Amino acid sequence: MTNVMTPVILVTVIGLVCAGLLVIASKVFHVAVDERVSQIRECLPGANCGGCGFAGCDDYAAKLVEDETLSCSLCAPGGASTVEAIAEILGRSAGSSDPQVAQVLCNGVCDKSRKNHEWQGLQSCKGAKGWFTSPNACMYGCIGLGDCVEECEFDAIGIIDGVAVVNRDNCVACGMCIKACPQSIIKLVPMKSQVHVLCSSTDKGAVARKNCDNACIGCMKCVKVCNFDAIKVEDNLARIDYEKCKSCGLCVYECPTGAINTFRKLKPKKKAE
Amino acid sequence: MVNLIVIFMSIVFVNNFVLSQFLGICSFLGVSNKMSSAVGMGSAVVFVMVIAEAVTWPIQQLLNKFDMGYLQTVVFILVIAALVQFVEMFMKKYLPALQKALGIFLPLITTNCAILGATINAITFGYSFAESMIYSFGAGVGYMIAMILFAGVREEKLYNEEGVPAAFKGVPLILVSAAIMSLSFMGFAGMFQ
Repeated sequence: MTNVMTPVILVTVIGLVCAGLLVIASKVFHVAVDERVSQIRECLPGANCGGCGFAGCDDYAAKLVEDETLSCSLCAPGGASTVEAIAEILGRSAGSSDPQVAQVLCNGVCDKSRKNHEWQGLQSCKGAKGWFTSPNACMYGCIGLGDCVEECEFDAIGIIDGVAVVNRDNCVACGMCIKACPQSIIKLVPMKSQVHVLCSSTDKGAVARKNCDNACIGCMKCVKVCNFDAIKVEDNLARIDYEKCKSCGLCVYECPTGAINTFRKLKPKKKAE
Repeated sequence: MVNLIVIFMSIVFVNNFVLSQFLGICSFLGVSNKMSSAVGMGSAVVFVMVIAEAVTWPIQQLLNKFDMGYLQTVVFILVIAALVQFVEMFMKKYLPALQKALGIFLPLITTNCAILGATINAITFGYSFAESMIYSFGAGVGYMIAMILFAGVREEKLYNEEGVPAAFKGVPLILVSAAIMSLSFMGFAGMFQ
């Protein structure tokens, strides 16, 4: 019995002595840290993944308090709830912590867009594009082989009808899909913006139209109808200024091709006489 | 005195912890991508190895007194972990600059096998206190030299160069270059008898 008990007791005693020393040390060597740092640290997931670009969660928490201009939405694993909690601790207005979400700017679904060739090689967007151009007739559009789906940690993006679509409930705006997309057609947009130009083609109207029924043809109709001066056509492509856009949806009615889309449910378009 | 110099030189070059004994490989490959972090990690290892040795050597004498030398692994891990925590708190209070310089590396090496290896080796070889201090200091310096040399190699980014076969790009070539470096350190073998 004693043979077993002595080492057990010895190790326990050493453990207790170490623990006691640490407790005393934490009191004696206590450094007054900004309370907010430890509060923020508790909101962060503690995975120390370095995704925010800092050396671990502690570092990010400290930098957040130090630097007022630092974005509090850099923590991808924490998601939206973490961003909100941090913004509350730092007392930042909701405006500066405007939640963002990824948006795929293409609506070239299967039956609306044309193909150049059938890609039978490596089933990835990068592979298909590496052949010499994307298999789609439209060289700007979504290839739909799911490099972004592969990259997404949050199950927030999927291929529906040949085009990548973001699930806004799951998206934490970490930006991984944006890096993965060889076409560069995924952008971060404000969560509250409902209206988007779902096209990235800068081809001239006729060419764009030939390649895809949903393409923006740069007809300027949306520009004329907008009451807030929030939409502009540059390089044959309508672009929305999200700071001015009120998501009213007038341009959605006006768009002749279906390039402009909204997440809001609009009343059916009135028949023109 | 000569004895101490021999111990130091042999642990730095002949029995280099990383390149000859293959201890601490994980951090050697993980943190050597930038020169600055290699230096930070290296100095943290030197620092922790020396204080860990200074604490574990007397503890081994204590264990020997109870005739329980076989407990060294368990007890050393326990003590080193507590010690590193303690040192970090101490530095936070009195040496914030040093704490910032060592940064995240200090807690990371708490459980590094090189630290435990140095302390246990010194006991196995039956070194006196002074000898084991020199031994652990040399082990840390050897680790640091290996880190700095390898970071120098990696900063050239040759392993991602055009013309490198795809299968060799990145990690495989890093491992190959680590192996070549380890081979070159074999040249030191036989420097001391």
